Amino acid sequence: MIPEIGQFALIIALCLAILQGIFPILGAQLNIRPWMAMAKPVAQGQFIFIVISFACLVYAFVTDDFSVLYTASHSNSLLPTQYKVAGVWGGHEGSLLLWVMMLGLWTFLVSIFSKNLPDEMVARVLGVLGLIAVGFLLFILLTSNPFERLLPAAPDGRDLNPLLQDFGLIIHPPMLYMGYVGFSVAFAFAIAALISGRLDAAWARWSRPWTIVAWSFLGGGIGLGSWWAYYELGWGGWWFWDPVENASLMPWLVGTALIHSLAVSEKRGGFKSWTVLLAIIAFSLSLLGTFLVRSGVITSVHAFATDPERGTFILAFLVVVVVSSLLLFAWRAPKIGQGGKFELVSKETMLLANNVILTVIAAAVLLGTIYPIIIEGLASVGVIEATNKVSVGAPYFNAIFVPLLVPLVFLVGMGPVARWKKADMPDMLRQLRWAFIASAIVAVIVPFLMGGWSWMAALGMVMATWIVTTAIYSLRQRFKATNPELPWGHRLNAIPRSFYGMHMAHIGVAICIVGGTLVSNYMSDKDVRMDIGDTVTVGGYTFRFDGVIETKGPNYMSNQGMIQVLQDGREVMSLKPEKRVYTVQTMPMTEAAIDTGVWRDLYVSLGEPVSGGAWSVRVYHKPFVAWLWTGVILMVLGGFTAMTDRRYRVMARKERKATAETGNLAAAKIATEKA
Amino acid sequence: MKARHKRMMFIVIGLVAVAAIAALILNALQSNINHFYSPTEVVASEAPKDRTFRLGGLVEVDSVKREDDGLTVHFNVTDSAEIVTVQYTGILPDLFSEGQGVVAQGKLGTGGVFMAEEVLAKHDETYMPPEVADALEKAKGAAE
Repeated sequence: MIPEIGQFALIIALCLAILQGIFPILGAQLNIRPWMAMAKPVAQGQFIFIVISFACLVYAFVTDDFSVLYTASHSNSLLPTQYKVAGVWGGHEGSLLLWVMMLGLWTFLVSIFSKNLPDEMVARVLGVLGLIAVGFLLFILLTSNPFERLLPAAPDGRDLNPLLQDFGLIIHPPMLYMGYVGFSVAFAFAIAALISGRLDAAWARWSRPWTIVAWSFLGGGIGLGSWWAYYELGWGGWWFWDPVENASLMPWLVGTALIHSLAVSEKRGGFKSWTVLLAIIAFSLSLLGTFLVRSGVITSVHAFATDPERGTFILAFLVVVVVSSLLLFAWRAPKIGQGGKFELVSKETMLLANNVILTVIAAAVLLGTIYPIIIEGLASVGVIEATNKVSVGAPYFNAIFVPLLVPLVFLVGMGPVARWKKADMPDMLRQLRWAFIASAIVAVIVPFLMGGWSWMAALGMVMATWIVTTAIYSLRQRFKATNPELPWGHRLNAIPRSFYGMHMAHIGVAICIVGGTLVSNYMSDKDVRMDIGDTVTVGGYTFRFDGVIETKGPNYMSNQGMIQVLQDGREVMSLKPEKRVYTVQTMPMTEAAIDTGVWRDLYVSLGEPVSGGAWSVRVYHKPFVAWLWTGVILMVLGGFTAMTDRRYRVMARKERKATAETGNLAAAKIATEKA
Repeated sequence: MKARHKRMMFIVIGLVAVAAIAALILNALQSNINHFYSPTEVVASEAPKDRTFRLGGLVEVDSVKREDDGLTVHFNVTDSAEIVTVQYTGILPDLFSEGQGVVAQGKLGTGGVFMAEEVLAKHDETYMPPEVADALEKAKGAAE
């Protein structure tokens, strides 16, 4: 009964989404007030019904209802409750339902926090979001119904993939989807602005906080995914350039470009067409990511069972979205006015370069990711000779990423210091000379402290120190510009939060670079066969193997290795890596033991039993690896800090008032700026 | 600077950057593409001799042998028509097992042994890499 309610709720949500996609947009075009006014209640109702539907699926999981096919294939009565809940998004159907619920949540939030927006804008934005929801709800109902019954019911479920029985899985997909789907709001704002022709500074200001939040969630989701891979896959890597990782990285890169481009659109009225295009691309890449993950066209470690029908549906949806939004863009973009003029050396140029680099990196990642499909496609239509299947290795991505990161990081330092319109290069170089010197010194010292010269390590340290020192300089300058008569606290408060947020995020990038560079260059690892009592020394620590003991978990059997870590002959800690076998599917799983520290992680995982109590063991010493995720956290916090900036609220309120009074303040403002 | 000169500067800088980036990408792509070969193709000497490539198929049942050091492993990969022996040193992924599909990346060594540098992990035991499924299909087609 409950599953049927879930499905029925989903159908109602679809009907509401259809209403939401049609009437508000038409209402805004034809100026029919009641139709526009439908947008908010319908959008909120749609969200409520999706939540009901989702709750029904959670209920089916928690109560072990194995008459539901999806539950039977992704859960088991022995599964601990928190993983039963997480199991809801452990497979294709449920994760799509989560996707749609996130979309509903964003829509709901837009409907709540849009009191300061003109009614036509709200109607159009919610309308576009409604159309997207129609696409995905149809997709679920037609090809991926999570409530499909299994008759007769299975006696027990097939269990959740053990790799997914983990805290990381509980939070990683919701966070990632929150980001993925969040770009649909930026997209909806862009489309709404294109329809209305009202692409002005006010539009940029409305869209900015939403875009920044989506960007923060996506970054956090990617970071969590990387962290999960690090500790759960048992071999200590943190980024594999896997197609599915790339699928999430591409919208993040374009989203990063978008939040910078939005800054120019808001502050200087420039780059508007480009900003709109980026919003369209960011969302299209989110859809492309969904397609890549769900269709199985590319070999990936995120191998869910796949279905060509589903791939076709998403591909068709993607094509409709991209083609229609680009047509709209082509039709409307020529009417978008130019922004303020700027010199070759100016903040605008630097942000432009930032955008070009980020877009190029995203394009290069895209090329590497879909290259196998391109080759196959070209071969199948006879343009090139058919070859064996190809794959693009990780070295390709590294070869692109590093050289492009260098100029980008240089700009991260220069950009915040540069002036709008016209900056003075010699003067900036003079201002930042201490940052240069500090970067050079740190770059020389750190590699020696780490135990050996390496050009890559030095380069990484230059980049990281450059970002941090220029950020400090920039904050100091900003502080000096505040009223010196006021007490400290007030002066610090006078600096806008978005400014703090920006520097937090930038410093987050620096910390990531430190982590990534040092762990890649100074990591040491050993794969060894260890008899009981054997020791191995890695990175100054001695690991002694004291054998394994058998233990039992709620739904697995485990061999737990006993490893003593010694430093200078003293025992400093014991690590207990496990080799588990999950009983339902008899699937083996390596559970690494990690001691996380500021300066290094010690990482031990068990291989296989070899003979007579001996095991193959993998031991790593990973310097600074935790900095990678610390940097990500800082970027996310920076995003949230920037989002709370006063002006997004105050200015929006002011503008609404002014709009009501004078018609269009923003247009007037741009006109004065031009003059 | 005059407006016209300024625009020229923008264009020139842009073109130079685009050319440099395109060269970088194409070069990186050129040197990092790995082709996939099935055991049948490897036995027929179609695979490159000194380039890294990917080999895939099923791990032959009862073929996994471990050397005394406990780390070096030999196993046979088959597409049910031909067999290639693979040597790998290190710890195998959790879901590696006999009778299952596998993809290994490495080079051909002496005596036709494939020296794997990497055995690719997968996340789901029911998953079959599309290349492997394809290779099995082809071998089957050839046999019939």
